[in-house]
Amino acid sequence: MAGTTLYRRPVVWRVGTVVALLDETPSAKTITLDVPDWPGHLAGQHVDVRLTAPDGYSAVRSYSIASAANADNRIELTVERLTDGEVSPYLTQELRVSDLLELRGPIGGWFVWRAEQTEPVQLVAGGSGIVPLMAMIRSRAAAQSTAPFRLLYSVREPDAVFYRDELKSLSVDHSVSVAYVYTRAIPKNWPRPASRIDAALIADTTWPVNLSPTCYVCGPTSFVETATGLLIAAGIGAGTIKTERFGPTGDRK
Amino acid sequence: MAIISRGFSGKRKATDAELPPGQYLTTDFPVLSAGPTPRVPLDRWELTIDDGTNVLRHWNWKSFRDLPTETVTVDLHCVTRWSKLGTSWEGVSLDTLFADLKTDASYSMVRSYGDYSTNVPIKDLLNNQAWIAFRFGGKDLPPEHGGPARLLVPHLYLWKSAKWVRSITLMDHDRPGFWESLGYHIYGDPWREQRYTGDR
Repeated sequence: MAGTTLYRRPVVWRVGTVVALLDETPSAKTITLDVPDWPGHLAGQHVDVRLTAPDGYSAVRSYSIASAANADNRIELTVERLTDGEVSPYLTQELRVSDLLELRGPIGGWFVWRAEQTEPVQLVAGGSGIVPLMAMIRSRAAAQSTAPFRLLYSVREPDAVFYRDELKSLSVDHSVSVAYVYTRAIPKNWPRPASRIDAALIADTTWPVNLSPTCYVCGPTSFVETATGLLIAAGIGAGTIKTERFGPTGDRK
Repeated sequence: MAIISRGFSGKRKATDAELPPGQYLTTDFPVLSAGPTPRVPLDRWELTIDDGTNVLRHWNWKSFRDLPTETVTVDLHCVTRWSKLGTSWEGVSLDTLFADLKTDASYSMVRSYGDYSTNVPIKDLLNNQAWIAFRFGGKDLPPEHGGPARLLVPHLYLWKSAKWVRSITLMDHDRPGFWESLGYHIYGDPWREQRYTGDR
């Protein structure tokens, strides 16, 4: 597989400094970190974040990188707070600008989009599964790629949408077409009632099979199972669908 | 060495002490796979052991299910840091599948329906350490957890327990499988915390 050698180097712990915190939604925060020796990453990769208590106890969880692939010293993570979580409540409520954060990465070489890819790309996000897909959208722009991108974003309610203004501007300038499906509450005058994704929506909003899109599906396990099932039923080859799931306990994203 | 996270105390549990380093306990069973869940009809299912050139052993579902089975209770450790203790499985021991098979090979590549692969040393497959499991918690193994049948090699991180297992290829030399080519450890011992490339 091309680029395999990239993953042969050891993944070391690094220290990042929090340089900005942004409320993405009432329960999610985007953390911008300055990491002086950051080796660069690909869109879709994640990092392990380690918190350490004064007595040495530590907890580590994985979070997707939201920022574009780059070799700069800055990365962004968007973290959704899980009520019973151990790390996400700290990252979304305690963490302050100028705090230090230990992280290890980038990790993962499968669920990635590379700027060399020119084929149509279908992104399908469930909830906070948007994060690594946003890194792909941003990487596409950063690389001035013209690969055709579509995003289907399933989200609980309008207030739970991550990156709202940025996604809106992408739709306005037609660089990436974005379709939303709201599962619990809809915006005013939204034409479709609150509902889950189904075959008709896939047919209406995703790339046709004859364009041979590469599909990236990220979200909770049940969402990914449903979405991949619908894509395959629509004729998309299983071998062209990459997935990233997070279970009920996974703190991932 | 570690940096203290101001204001962090954690939610540690007494049971965490029994877990490999860096793991936390879960009671549900998260699913992590790289692609769509393959659906393998039992009448098309097969399992083979080969040496890269010749098929040495072959089973269809019926001949596989005619083999003696074992019920085992084991702990699972996923590289994404969850551990699940005391899971109950029924399967065929690899010792049974490898019975009477003479080989000088030291390694294997385990392949799956859906094109997943993972490398496991043969010594880790034998001596009552690994099974081809088809039942979980008393029920047929659901497709999202690897059904009809998956490898179960619980003393290694769970990515080594290939779901939807299809073949075992014997190899003289170790080669990386799918995740092992993409940044994960070549062997994957949870007690030594061998998560990523280069971890000791």
